[in-house]
Amino acid sequence: MQHTISVIVENDFGVLSRVATLFSGRGFNIESLSVAPTNEEGLSRMTIVTRGDAQILEQINKQLNKLIDVLKVLDFTDGSAIERELALIKVAAEDDGRAEVLRIVDIFRAKIIDVTPKSYTIEATGNPLKIDGILELLRPLGLKEVVRTGSVAIGRGAKGWNG
Amino acid sequence: MKMNGARIMLECLKKEGVDTVFGYPGGTVINLYDELFNFKEIHHILPRHEQAGTHAADGYARATGRVGVAIATSGPGATNTVTGIATAYMDSIPMVIITGQVPTALIGNDAFQEVDIIGITRPCTKHSFLIRDVKDIALTMKKAFYIARSGRPGPVLVDFPKDVQMAQGEFHYPETVEIRGYKPNLSGHPRQVEKAVTMMLDSQRPVLYVGGGAVLGGAAEPLTALARKLTIPVTTTLMGLGSFPESDDLSLGMLGMHGSYCANMAMTNSDLIIAVGARFDDRVTGKLSTFAPHAKIIHIDVDPTSIKKNVRVDLPIVGDVKDVLTKMIKQADKSKEKLAGFTTALAPWHLDISGWKEKHPIGYKQSSTIIKPQFVIQKLRELSDEDAIISTDVGQHQMWTAQFFKFNKPRTLLTSGGLGTMGYGLPAAMGAQAAFPNRQVISICGDGGVQMNIQEMATLVQNKLPVKIVILNNNFLGMVRQWQELFFDKRYSSTCMELPIDYIKLADAYGAKGFLATKPGEVESVIKKGFKEKGPVIMEFKIAREEKVLPMVPAGASLNEMVLNA
Ligand SMILES: Cc1ncc(C[n+]2csc(CCOP(=O)(O)OP(=O)(O)O)c2C)c(N)n1
Ligand SMILES: [Mg+2]
Repeated sequence: MQHTISVIVENDFGVLSRVATLFSGRGFNIESLSVAPTNEEGLSRMTIVTRGDAQILEQINKQLNKLIDVLKVLDFTDGSAIERELALIKVAAEDDGRAEVLRIVDIFRAKIIDVTPKSYTIEATGNPLKIDGILELLRPLGLKEVVRTGSVAIGRGAKGWNG
Repeated sequence: MKMNGARIMLECLKKEGVDTVFGYPGGTVINLYDELFNFKEIHHILPRHEQAGTHAADGYARATGRVGVAIATSGPGATNTVTGIATAYMDSIPMVIITGQVPTALIGNDAFQEVDIIGITRPCTKHSFLIRDVKDIALTMKKAFYIARSGRPGPVLVDFPKDVQMAQGEFHYPETVEIRGYKPNLSGHPRQVEKAVTMMLDSQRPVLYVGGGAVLGGAAEPLTALARKLTIPVTTTLMGLGSFPESDDLSLGMLGMHGSYCANMAMTNSDLIIAVGARFDDRVTGKLSTFAPHAKIIHIDVDPTSIKKNVRVDLPIVGDVKDVLTKMIKQADKSKEKLAGFTTALAPWHLDISGWKEKHPIGYKQSSTIIKPQFVIQKLRELSDEDAIISTDVGQHQMWTAQFFKFNKPRTLLTSGGLGTMGYGLPAAMGAQAAFPNRQVISICGDGGVQMNIQEMATLVQNKLPVKIVILNNNFLGMVRQWQELFFDKRYSSTCMELPIDYIKLADAYGAKGFLATKPGEVESVIKKGFKEKGPVIMEFKIAREEKVLPMVPAGASLNEMVLNA
């Protein structure tokens, strides 16, 4: 089961490696990971997409909580959060392909951010499934390079993570 | 008043009530040592190896319940502490390890004696800090000690660069500390406690299964009171020994791989296991799929990650074990009538248990010609002080000590359970003796492990630490040899210590006394002579070389599939 977890951490020395060591040392897997500072001084937020059964997820949750630098673990289950990912996609675009790329970009409400006679670079955002979707359609045209940020997630509703 | 960072560090230790540290100097701690030179409030003990210094701080912590402190220089000094840190981590021992580090400007440059000790120890520390500014020393140390001793205790490493030691700053020790991400939950939830007591009073075949958490959490008293009030039998893990008196009829002794027949049978037949500060380690459960098939499980632990890690749990209670057990006693008192009925109804269960105890008691075949190791352990118990502190190394002698010594008081057994570190016994005893100069401290070692930190004989003699070292000499790496005998057709690959060592001369070389027993008739007199000595002593016993530790649950087998005599 795939699962998205947000972890609020102190911006301390080594916090990223503590989290990474925890996952690798215990054989938990990380499908994607993104980290950046939050609006609160000294705090960063990690979004981790992981995989495992209920028992493994419970252990991941508890083990993360046990780290001294971790303030809060938000475990997003079944649609309780909105997830977004950004992808930068360099795709081959020559002859007929150029129009096809533009059509796909239009359907996915993505943006062209760089153009050469032989390629387009596209910026796409959306939930990770949507990114998978656009990549699927662009693949036959020749993907030259793909950069994905990994998911970020935020809870639904009026409340922030700490109330 | 301005002072340098090194001095500030010592003032911090003083504020934390540290009276003894175990450390080894070097280039990046030379400033710290320069301040120590005239700092009378802290007694510094120089071990002969940083690993031993760390084990000594660990032994000090286990014996006293306070935070042990070790110091090492950067690079090789720091890496030498790693085994000691991992040992403490696996057994949740509160420790602060201060390592020197190259000047902050050089960090990352592969400077002389630079090593990323924080990175190396990340998986085996509870937390770690790198101090980058003299202004941060006091708050960091306050946090380090708080983290080490609170919640589920553990080792905390503080990396202390040389330039920070030399920088000038003011010393203000914070009164309190607040760490946003660290709020150990100490108070057991009253409703969970209530449910637990109901489950206990509804059970017919309950067992209290007690681990090291009960010792670390100072819960021996409420544990004993609760067990006696409800007449629930108690089995402990290796780490839990001493938390419940083995002299009590309710004691089943140790469970698990080398546990007693009755303890393992009680677990297998139980309908309710109350786990107290124990973590269902594989050495305890045997094959998981057949572990305690009929039992509901209540699991009390201060560390939520321990709960449901290995086994299903019916009722988790996160909290300090002492707090939870105390609340349980109060709760049980509220249902007096039910309690009376319950204890009467336990009679058949007690009968089963005494049957198992009689059927296969922990025992051995005595010999009139060769010394049996179990006999030595029994004699040691008989002749030692009631409050003697025992450390062991790792191997057969460790298991014989666990089976035959009969521990009645918490913090009287120091042993490396989780990591199983050979070389632990002697330096751990040294740490305990430094904490309790007037108590009897006995280190029971094998001939293999004792050599892993034998250099500490020098530290004992120099510091007048009168540890009584017992060597059960089978001239084998006995525990491994036992596995080779049972599971590898007696192919004793590299387990025979072919070169015999003259331990009596060795003791003499260090300026200590040595006594040797080769026959059963000499055991008592050697122990008596050894105990009478004022200084450190080696007592060597040439034991039956191929004696085995039994019973034994082979790795991967179920608890009730014990080999009783092979
Ligand atoms: C540092 C370390 N290395 C290896 C082992 C594996 N090991 C476990 S018990 C043992 C034999 C110990 O022999 P000895 O100290 O003579 O004790 P005995 O079993 O004979 O009582 C060994 C090698 C270990 N536990 N620790
Ligand atoms: Mg041996």
